Amino acid sequence: MRLRNVLNLAVKELQILLRDPIMLGLIVYAFSISIHAAATAMPETLSKASISIVNEDRSPLSWRLVDAFNPPAFLPPALISTERMDARMDEGLTTFALAIPPGFQRDLIGGRDPALQLNVDATRMTQAFSGAGYIQAIIDQQVNQFLGRYGEERRSPASLELRALFNPQLDQSWFGGVTELTSRITMLAIILTGAALIREREHGTIQHLLVMPVTPLEIMTAKVLSMGVVVWLAAAVSLFSIVHGLIGVPLQGSVTLFLAGTGLHLFAATSMGVVLGTFARSMPQFALLILLVLLPLLMLSGAMTPRESMPAFIRWIMLAAPDTHFVMLSQAILFRGAGLTVVWPQFLALALIGAALFAISLAGFRRAVGALAR
Amino acid sequence: MTGPVAQVRGLRLVYRRTIALDDVSLEIPAGCLAGIIGPDGAGKSSLLGLLAGARAIQAGGVHVLGADLSDSTARRRLYPRIAYMPQGLGRNLYATLSVAENIDFFARLFGQAAAERRVRIETLTRATGLNEFLSRPVDKLSGGMKQKLGLCCALVHDPDLLILDEPTTGVDPLSRRQFWSLVEAVRARRPGMSVVVATATFEEAERFDWVTALDGGRVLGSGSVEALRERTGTQSLESAFIGLLPERRRGRHAPVEIPPRPDDQASQVVIEADSLTRRFGDFTAVDAASFSIRRGEIFGFVGSNGCGKTTTMKMLTGLLPPSEGEARLFSHVLDPRDLQTRRQVGYMSQFFSLYDELTVRRNLRLHARLFGLSGPSASERICSLAARLGLTDSLDRLPAHLSLGHRQRLSLAAAMIHQPPVLILDEPTSGVDPVARDDFWRILVDLSRNDGVTIFISTHFMNEAERCDRIALMHAGEVLSTDTPAAIVDREGVDDLEAAFVATLERRVDSDQPDGGGGGSLSADQRGAEQSSTPARFDGRRMLSYAWRESLELMRDPLRLTMALLGSLILLFVMGYGISLDVDDLDFAVLDRDRTTTSRDYISDIAGSRYFIEQPSIASQSELEARMRSGELGLALEIPPGFARDLRRGAGVEIGAWIDGAMPQRAETIRGYVEGIHAHWLQRKAVESGQADAIMPPYALETRFRYNPNLESMVAMAPAVIPLLLMLIPAMLTALSVVREKELGSITNFHVTPTSRLEFLLGKQMPYVVLSMGSFLLLTIMTISVLDVPLTGSFITLSLAALVYLSAATAVGLVISAFMRSQIAAIFGTAILSIIPAVSFSGMLEPVSSLQGFGRVIGELYPTTHFLTIARGAFAKGLGMAELKDAFLPLLLAVPVLIGLAVVLLRKQAR
Repeated sequence: MRLRNVLNLAVKELQILLRDPIMLGLIVYAFSISIHAAATAMPETLSKASISIVNEDRSPLSWRLVDAFNPPAFLPPALISTERMDARMDEGLTTFALAIPPGFQRDLIGGRDPALQLNVDATRMTQAFSGAGYIQAIIDQQVNQFLGRYGEERRSPASLELRALFNPQLDQSWFGGVTELTSRITMLAIILTGAALIREREHGTIQHLLVMPVTPLEIMTAKVLSMGVVVWLAAAVSLFSIVHGLIGVPLQGSVTLFLAGTGLHLFAATSMGVVLGTFARSMPQFALLILLVLLPLLMLSGAMTPRESMPAFIRWIMLAAPDTHFVMLSQAILFRGAGLTVVWPQFLALALIGAALFAISLAGFRRAVGALAR
Repeated sequence: MTGPVAQVRGLRLVYRRTIALDDVSLEIPAGCLAGIIGPDGAGKSSLLGLLAGARAIQAGGVHVLGADLSDSTARRRLYPRIAYMPQGLGRNLYATLSVAENIDFFARLFGQAAAERRVRIETLTRATGLNEFLSRPVDKLSGGMKQKLGLCCALVHDPDLLILDEPTTGVDPLSRRQFWSLVEAVRARRPGMSVVVATATFEEAERFDWVTALDGGRVLGSGSVEALRERTGTQSLESAFIGLLPERRRGRHAPVEIPPRPDDQASQVVIEADSLTRRFGDFTAVDAASFSIRRGEIFGFVGSNGCGKTTTMKMLTGLLPPSEGEARLFSHVLDPRDLQTRRQVGYMSQFFSLYDELTVRRNLRLHARLFGLSGPSASERICSLAARLGLTDSLDRLPAHLSLGHRQRLSLAAAMIHQPPVLILDEPTSGVDPVARDDFWRILVDLSRNDGVTIFISTHFMNEAERCDRIALMHAGEVLSTDTPAAIVDREGVDDLEAAFVATLERRVDSDQPDGGGGGSLSADQRGAEQSSTPARFDGRRMLSYAWRESLELMRDPLRLTMALLGSLILLFVMGYGISLDVDDLDFAVLDRDRTTTSRDYISDIAGSRYFIEQPSIASQSELEARMRSGELGLALEIPPGFARDLRRGAGVEIGAWIDGAMPQRAETIRGYVEGIHAHWLQRKAVESGQADAIMPPYALETRFRYNPNLESMVAMAPAVIPLLLMLIPAMLTALSVVREKELGSITNFHVTPTSRLEFLLGKQMPYVVLSMGSFLLLTIMTISVLDVPLTGSFITLSLAALVYLSAATAVGLVISAFMRSQIAAIFGTAILSIIPAVSFSGMLEPVSSLQGFGRVIGELYPTTHFLTIARGAFAKGLGMAELKDAFLPLLLAVPVLIGLAVVLLRKQAR
């Protein structure tokens, strides 16, 4: 492999990319608006939950409860009859249904421990659990106020002092910003490299390269290098301007270490782009493959949901995907401020997976090139 | 028949800024072989497209067979009487379908019964010599065979007008001759039939009864061939055409002069092929080819399509290793791994293969650099090469903006950048018009005679073969003879090289010869009735023929089939686990500074829940931080010293809990669990010590988590993801199926046959509804068995709803396809357009009732909303038809509305 050839070919890749407004637009969009929108769109807390109330008590207290459910957390409550309650829940019109029995206020004052009934549509996972907690807190507060216990805090013998480390306010957009950045890096690396390869195949230009004194290894290295550099630069700019600047994620750990890890991950991801590019015969096939490969890669890497909630065999399989390690290292570095002493296993894993993918892609590329020569 | 077959008046056609046809008026005589001749970009294809009704008229009038083509009823009546074969080898054929299936499809479109179709396929393929290859897929046919098949498909319904657009471009001389004798045979059988042909090859046009010459979208002249020759006072049609050109377009045209080669025997042998053989599997592409080429020689390679010319050339460039035999360059055996040999050869492949995105100069500079030239010497070389090949003015333009002739010169320049002593050129002039071809040859002659460059060139043009010093005739992988063109003509005792070529080849392949009993031999009375009546607006058979063909194509495309059947399964699996919000088996550890039975009791409550798993305890504050930092622990607890004692006294103790906040959603859930366990432990302690009243609230809130009592994500997610997937993938597949035809060109068959828009769309939709039902069943089975989500309600109701929903989802794809031109756009466009409303406005996360404004309107209308209600009802809520009937109505309404919209948006003619 001669470095000069690789550089010449890499420059050609960059010149071609510069001429492609669609790909350039995709890069800019993916690393700016798209990250910002996705990160800030994640709901902070409960919002606009729909609640229905069966008010059979019709006492000052029960009306007080009805009035306590307000936007933004709740939509104004719908007042319904007991008979309609089941139907509304079946039709999915309401997530929560609170039933206040007749004589609730009277029994409460009389110390007869009356019971309220709260029905939760637990098929709406995003609202069900946190919403039930909210409702409990609202009712507690109203009842306590009503009973004149306000201010006179009941003393609990032991309190729980909860602190969230690394993101004290549990700001969703911090998490969203980094998650979106890592997934964009993988996505763009695969799409750019694969598309660059397929375009050469469709236009027959790759065959032309092969009659010149260059080897398949040089052609492939040039692609991996050029597309890796483009995505790396875009990611670095986006990390400072969008993720840190606009979304306001504090960069706790070493940015240098993170960018080094990104470089290693790009080596693996661009190689994977070449593998997919050699599988697909045309752009449409490549696009279908992307949907089938990229989505599992991004969703099961541990970026969206914690790895421990996945079944063991998925966790095992996903250890072979570079994304898993990249997500681990970026969360460790950017949120927890971890250093190389903590994340070296991820660096090692990425290097090994990258080397393996590069070898596979080179074999696949040679085979594809051999078939082209026919 | 009297009167013209087609009349054109004041026809104008503009594509964006390019004028394709400029005020064209013509009368094409009936019952004869009429030709439209002219160079590339003259407007021939546009004119034929308009005559066939495939293209919508912008301005002017077209009458074909007495019908006014601007009238859609007249067009519908006309379609069964014409047949149209567009430009490009096999462009309107279906590549994965076999010969018989292709003809069968066209026959079905014209409503022929099974028995009639069988007879016609038999007759047509026998006449064209294709009957041995009935089950061979089109993409495995040679160019000549594809064109014969195209003719079969065009003739299957006995048209009165046959329109052929450059049917022999890229086809070898023998196949070309066979093609024309086939057309002659058909005309002999059916003298009333008119044929209109476009061609850029003037020799071919000499045989036509009538020609019109087009250039730059204007008519130069029309009439019989003799009349045109007389008018210009020339001998051949080609010179007649040049004579008709306006002065500035005529240029400095002169015949190509070839000086004789000096002293042939003395010069060195440059290229030697010695029993070169190449096999691909059990197919022998090149069989023991032997020849040698001397320095400075122009050596031509002539042979039918797919005879092994390109493979031989690739072996000589070192691109492809031979299976047997040897290729020698300057007496050295070629080794594909040796990059040095590539410096001695310049290779130009059959198709333009330089970078369209780079300017001419950058393309050349890249080549120079890869050959080790850089700096001033490279710039100098590029300049001198550009000057020699007439590219100086084009150096900073993109190849796409150059004419075909100039693009070929650029390819030659790239092949020559390193001054190789040998040039291997694979059909460099295919598709280039005669004037540009002559210019190209002048350059070759100059290189050979003045620079001593050895040129090995393959061509389909006999007048080019005649210019070579020596030629080799190749057929079916074998070199039949190698000699000077004159010697070959002499040996065969014929007039010209083409005849010699055909004679040589025919000796090898007499079985391929058409027997003269071409198509159209079916009795005419069958079609009398059919012709006079207007075809029905809706014909179930035509719809089914589209459905049948779509299914066949789908079955032969493994990736699309996988996508259709397994794609949704894979994605359900991924999303089911990927969107899971459960926190299970989370690692936690405790810094227990108390170490009493009470603190152990507290910890065991947490360790005993199914959410947390205890890890070795923490010894110090710094260890706590380190272990949290490494991500090992999701939760760390600190129990203060004196915990048990203070608790007994009621002094108020504080337990510290650290949660990993990196993933906020998870942190929220952990916080909820810990608080719950903590409160529960306190209550238990209070009850045990008889102080329950102090901490119990004065009322009870009985919370019932309905439909999913254990709050499992999967129970909630799976029934929500199924509607999403059953929208995304079916819509994408139908959108692709329509856009694919647009991109590949087979949409022409819809444009020029009586197929109505509704038949076309329903036919394309049907296979995908069936397939997606299969995918729905698989999804349901997987949800129940693998993801462990029980189906508590009515399966019948769910399936019925799925059927209606899938009809709507596939119709959404059809609507989207109207706006998309390329398959890529269809894939990503459908993904975005179908997913956004499905995810954001259909109640997947937030109920539609929580939405406001525009989102609410979309949510109420979009089919996913209603199917989601049914899917959740059937899976989690145990409901059946009685409770869910309200959700069916909007689904049932969506299907006809969406299909109607797709019909309105689809164009019956290209624009």
